[in-house]
Amino acid sequence: MTSQEVAGLAPELKGAKKGQGETPVLSAGERFTSYDVEAFEVPSGREENWRFTPLKRLKGLHDGTAALDGRATVTVTGASAETVGRDDPRIGEAGTPADRVAAQAWSAFAEATIVTLDGTPDPVTVTVEGPGAGSTAAAHLQLRTTTHAEATVVLEHRGSGVLADNLEIVLADASRLTVVVTEEWADDAVHVSAQHLSIGRDAVLKVVSVALGGDLVRVSPTVTYRGPGGDVDLVGLGYADAGQHLEQRLLVDHAVPQCRSNVLYKNALQGEGAHTVWIGDVLIQAAAENTETYEFNRNLVLTEGARADSVPNLEIETGEIISAGHASATGRFDDEQLFYLQSRGIDLESARRLVVRAFFGEILLRIPTTTLPELRARLEQAIEAELAATGV
Amino acid sequence: MSTLEIKDLHASVTTDEGPKPILKGVDLTVKAGETHAIMGPNGSGKSTLAYAIAGHPKYEITSGEVLLDGESVLDMTVDERARAGLFLAMQYPVEVPGVSMANFLRSAATAVRGEAPKLRTWVKEVKSAMSDLDISDEFADRSVNEGFSGGEKKRHEVLQLALLNPKIAILDETDSGLDVDALRVVSEGVNRFRNESNGVLLITHYTRILQHITPDFVHVFAGGRVVESGGPELANDLEKHGYERFVKAPA
Ligand SMILES: Nc1ncnc2c1ncn2[C@@H]1O[C@H](COP(=O)(O)OP(=O)(O)OP(=O)(O)O)[C@@H](O)[C@H]1O
Ligand SMILES: [Mg+2]
Repeated sequence: MTSQEVAGLAPELKGAKKGQGETPVLSAGERFTSYDVEAFEVPSGREENWRFTPLKRLKGLHDGTAALDGRATVTVTGASAETVGRDDPRIGEAGTPADRVAAQAWSAFAEATIVTLDGTPDPVTVTVEGPGAGSTAAAHLQLRTTTHAEATVVLEHRGSGVLADNLEIVLADASRLTVVVTEEWADDAVHVSAQHLSIGRDAVLKVVSVALGGDLVRVSPTVTYRGPGGDVDLVGLGYADAGQHLEQRLLVDHAVPQCRSNVLYKNALQGEGAHTVWIGDVLIQAAAENTETYEFNRNLVLTEGARADSVPNLEIETGEIISAGHASATGRFDDEQLFYLQSRGIDLESARRLVVRAFFGEILLRIPTTTLPELRARLEQAIEAELAATGV
Repeated sequence: MSTLEIKDLHASVTTDEGPKPILKGVDLTVKAGETHAIMGPNGSGKSTLAYAIAGHPKYEITSGEVLLDGESVLDMTVDERARAGLFLAMQYPVEVPGVSMANFLRSAATAVRGEAPKLRTWVKEVKSAMSDLDISDEFADRSVNEGFSGGEKKRHEVLQLALLNPKIAILDETDSGLDVDALRVVSEGVNRFRNESNGVLLITHYTRILQHITPDFVHVFAGGRVVESGGPELANDLEKHGYERFVKAPA
């Protein structure tokens, strides 16, 4: 099967071994999923869901050669965390792996961290530290809210090494959660992460993703609505330097009525071989009446030699929706804007910085400063440092 | 005392089909304390002249000179020209989404003045300059020119003129698209700026702004050059008879 055979959504080629999941996958909503790594074929790089990813740089996460004998350190402050075994009944509540690396992580993790958010007003910080240079690890983290709870979580990733993990976010009915996920890895790090976002009835989830560091960071969020009234905002920014690969693959699966989703991702790229990939699949199934969805990806290519891939997909199976839209735009600096700023005495470098800051400002504004007074400033500084490093 | 000298300036615009010559030998000198009006038909190259002096990358100078107080402007980058004391109020001010007017004005003032203005006096200065131009406070938080009406954009160009206080100001159709009240407010802004040590080059199609801002000289611009110069009375003559005699005249 080739991608041309499928209209609408980018087909997630099934990637299943013969005898399993044999039926052709018609849409991203019907993609093959399994907890078992052996149920997935080793990707060759031609599959739709792997074709943008440099497999050679995955350090064996995709083909079973990664030892996965390292350990990522998970530190939780502001809430109590449980360390549980693989057999904990809550594990898997939010979703099932849809690609081989996610299944690999699922098959390999020894124990999982579960953070239950029952309404503690203060923000919770979860720090995931990589296993260290030269080491590979699998991890599993679950954030879950209780009914009507309201919480804010900062999930930071830092350090060195290779990490494959699954993040489950389970929102109980009528709960509200804001999560800021940062990828602040050292230059060598590889992070392949599947996010399973399960939205209860009338629950509200806001995720702000900030990808700055790492050699290769591939994050695949899947949103599943468990009842009507769910409301999800996924916004993100990525800043890819020379040689860096940042990939965001989203699937928002509207299978129940009265839900809303809003996706906005912005990437900036600079330097030879900087590469960003954004795949935005939105599926509105026949039952999902009164859906309201919008997704938008914008990429700012700051220098020659960088490449941004962007594939928005919208598949609609019912006409009874409120609104559905998608857009994608990739461009360079606007010369007229730079000229205008310079004509007011502002030097070119400062003018470019003003424009990049403005570009990301829309995303960073979503980080609530009331609950997280320092985080936005810290990330702004990190972006400034990236800009300064290459003299943009 | 500042002087802008434009000497035999030739410039081309970069198009998809290659360079297209627009300016064909412009000669003009603006001295401190003087206001010059430039009038001329659409497409004659007035904005091109303004952009060429400001250093827009789309325009290539093929020959000639532009000197500000004897220094060659053409050797400077766009921002250096502004810091040297040139200012261009644009016919079509550019929108810069995400950059607040407040941030932009402060960045510009810092650059042009060579140091960041003291915060307390700066806030007062901006507020009073805005109120002089009937600009409400809320604009400070809006993105530069984004969603501004044509008239609001022009007011903000004059606001920048007031705050950056250049040696030579080129105003490209700052009066176009203004209603009667806005025209008065904007003209007053330009008049507040004018003094013995700076000069103004005012590009316009209409004599009505010249009722508010009296020029010392009026130049007719046609076919990429100044074809006639005179006093304020020339403007009235143009209003009556149009540009016909200049356009038809052999080059
Ligand atoms: N990018 C371009 N490609 C082709 N021609 C151009 C380009 N930019 C300017 N021109 C041409 O250059 C000539 C001069 O334009 P300019 O804007 O300087 O005229 P103007 O005198 O300011 O006119 P107006 O009174 O309408 O503002 C016009 O014929 C215009 O079409
Ligand atoms: Mg013009």
